[in-house]
Amino acid sequence: MRHIFKLISILSIFILCANAIADDTINLGVAGAHSGDLASYGLPSVKAAELVVEAINAKGGVLGKKVVIWAEDDACKPELATNTATRLVSKGVHVVMGHICSGATKAALGIYKDMNIVTMSPSATNPGLTQSGNYPNFYRTIASDDAQARLEVDFALSTLKIKKIAVIHDKGDYGKGLAEYARKFIVTSGIAKVVLYEGITPGAVDYSAVIRKIKRSKAGAVIFGGYHPEASKLVSGMRKKRMDTIFISDDGVKDDTFIKVAKEYAEGVYASGPKDVSVHPLTKKATNDHQQKFGKDPGAFFLNAYSATQALLNAIEKAGTTKYEALRKALQNEFVETPLGKIRFDKKGDALGVGFSMYQVQNGKYVEVEK
Amino acid sequence: MISENFTDSILYFIELLLGGLTRGSIYALIALGYTMVYGIIELINFAHGEIYMLGAFTALIISGIMTMNGYAGMSVFFTAMLVAIVYSSAYGYTLEKIAYKPLRNAPRLSPLISAIGMSIFLQNYVMLAQTSDFMPFPSFLPDFECLSLIDYMIGGPELIILITTILVMICLTILIKYTRIGKAMRATAQDKKMAMLVGIDINRMISATFVIGSALAAIAGVLIATHVGQINFYIGFIAGIKAFTAAVLGGIGSIPGAVLGGLILGLTESFATGYVSSDYEDVFAFALLVLILIVRPSGLIGRTEIQKV
Repeated sequence: MRHIFKLISILSIFILCANAIADDTINLGVAGAHSGDLASYGLPSVKAAELVVEAINAKGGVLGKKVVIWAEDDACKPELATNTATRLVSKGVHVVMGHICSGATKAALGIYKDMNIVTMSPSATNPGLTQSGNYPNFYRTIASDDAQARLEVDFALSTLKIKKIAVIHDKGDYGKGLAEYARKFIVTSGIAKVVLYEGITPGAVDYSAVIRKIKRSKAGAVIFGGYHPEASKLVSGMRKKRMDTIFISDDGVKDDTFIKVAKEYAEGVYASGPKDVSVHPLTKKATNDHQQKFGKDPGAFFLNAYSATQALLNAIEKAGTTKYEALRKALQNEFVETPLGKIRFDKKGDALGVGFSMYQVQNGKYVEVEK
Repeated sequence: MISENFTDSILYFIELLLGGLTRGSIYALIALGYTMVYGIIELINFAHGEIYMLGAFTALIISGIMTMNGYAGMSVFFTAMLVAIVYSSAYGYTLEKIAYKPLRNAPRLSPLISAIGMSIFLQNYVMLAQTSDFMPFPSFLPDFECLSLIDYMIGGPELIILITTILVMICLTILIKYTRIGKAMRATAQDKKMAMLVGIDINRMISATFVIGSALAAIAGVLIATHVGQINFYIGFIAGIKAFTAAVLGGIGSIPGAVLGGLILGLTESFATGYVSSDYEDVFAFALLVLILIVRPSGLIGRTEIQKV
C-alpha cells in the first residue's frame, strides 16, 4: 500500500511538472533516429532544431514564450516509434518535428492524430502519408516519392496542354516506379489519355520498333522513366525519324552526360530535377551557423529539418495559439521564408514549392523553366 | 477511312520489317565472328563482343584525334574504320595466342572459361584505361538526299549496315569456298590431324580465322556505334549475347546460318515490340530460339550441311 502511495505521489509530481512546462513555454518535440544504424539521418534534424530555436529564443521566443526542445529517439523502428510518440505526448509537446523514417512516422502518427498534435517530418517520403488523407495532422518539408511523376504530368497537362501521352520506362525499380505513378496521374486527371505504356530493355542496340510505335500512337509527348543512356537513344532515334514529339523525363536524365551524348538531339528535352537551393541566402546562413556551432558540415535532411522547425514555429506565431485547427490553417495559408524557399502547405500536407523543378535543354544546357 | 487505315497498317508493317532487318543485320554482322571461330575450333569465343567494343573505342579515339587536326567527313570515317580493323585484328590474334592456344588439347570447358575470363578482363581494362561513362560517338554515315522521302522508314546509316552485312556474307562465302586459304580453313575445321599431314599450317589457319572474325567485329562495332551514337565499355556484352543467340539459332558454325539467325532474331524482336509489347521483346526472341532448337537441335542451317568454318 505504501508503495502505491509513493508511486501516485511521484506520478502526480511529474504531471504537475508537465503542466507547469506546458503553460509558460512552447514545447517542440523532435523525434527520429538518434541512435542505431540510421542515426545519421536523425541527428542532423536535432541540430537543425537547436539552431532555429536558439535564434528564435534570442529574439524573445514565440508568442513571448521560450521554445523548449524535447528530443526523443525512435531508432527508425515503427515498434519503438509509438512509445516515442506516447512519451512526447505525456511531456505535453505542442508540435512535433519528425519522425525521420516513413515506417516509424506512420506508426507514430495515429497517436499524434488522437491528441490533435501537428507533426511535420523533414524526411518521410512515402506518398501515402499525405495522400491517403488518413493523417490530417501530418505535414512534410520533403517531396514525396511520386513528386517527380506528379510534376512531369502536371507540366505536360497544364503547361504544354498535351492530350495524348506515351509513357515509356526502362523496367528498372526507379524508372518503372516513376512511370507507374505518371500513368496513374494521367488516368485520374481525366483530361489526357495514356496512348502507350511500354517497358524497353536497357542496353539494346536500338529502339526503332518502340519509336515507330510511339509515332503510330500519335502521342503528343513521351514521359520516360529511366536513365540517360536509354533516353539519348530514344530521343536521337525519334529526331532522326523526324518526329518532334515532346520528350519529358526525370532526374536520371537531368545529367550533363545526356546532353554530351545526345548532342543536338537533346535540344528541347524536358527533365525534372531537384530544386537548386545552394545559392539561397538562408541556406548559406543555416550551413554557416551549423559549421560555427558544431564545427562540421550539416548532415542529411538538415535543411528540410531546419525549414520544418521554422514552419512550425512560424505557424504558432501567426496563429497566435497552439490550438490544432488554428495551426493547420496557418500552415496552409501563411508563407514562411526557409532555406528551401518560400513555402506553405497544401490541404494534404505536402509543402508547396519544395522538391523538384522542370528543366529544359536550351543551347546545350539545362535551364530551369517556369510553370 | 477504312482504306486509309489499311494503308497505315501496311506502312506500319513495312516500317517494322525494315527496322527488324536493320537490327537483324547488326546481330548478323557480330554473329559471323562467333560462328567462324566455332566452326574451326569448336570454341564459343565469349570475348568476341569485347573485340567489337574495342573496335568502336579505337575508331572513337582515331576520329577524335583526326577531328582535332582538322580532318572531316568520310576521310575520318575510313581511316578510323581501317585502324579499328587492324587494331581489333591484332587483339583477336593475341587473344587466341594467349588464352586459347595453350588450352587447345585441354578439356572443352577450359577454353570456355578462359574466354569468359578474357571477356571480363577486356571490359575492365577498357573501363579503367578509358572511362566508365557513356561516350558520344560521331555520326559519320550520311543521310542520303535521295532517301529523304522514305527516311522515316529507313535512313542512310540503316541502309549501309544492311548492305554491308550482305556484302560481307557474300565475300566470306567466296573466300571460304573458292580461295586457297578458304580450302585450308575448311580442311582444318574438318580434321586437324589430316590437315596437318597434307601440309596445312593449322596454327596459321586458326590465327587467320580469329583475325577475320575480329575484323568483322570491328566493322560491326564502328558501324553500329555511329548509327546509335553512343558507346561505353559494356556494349559488347549485350550485343555479344544477342549475336551468340543469332548464331545458335541459325546453326552455329554455318555462315549463311549466322546471317539468317540474325535476321530472324531481329525481325522477331521488331514485330513482338510492334504488335505486342516491348516488355515481351526478349520473351518472344528466346521462346523462338527454344522452339527452333526443339525442332532442329543444330539450328536452322547447322551441321547437316558440311559447310563449316
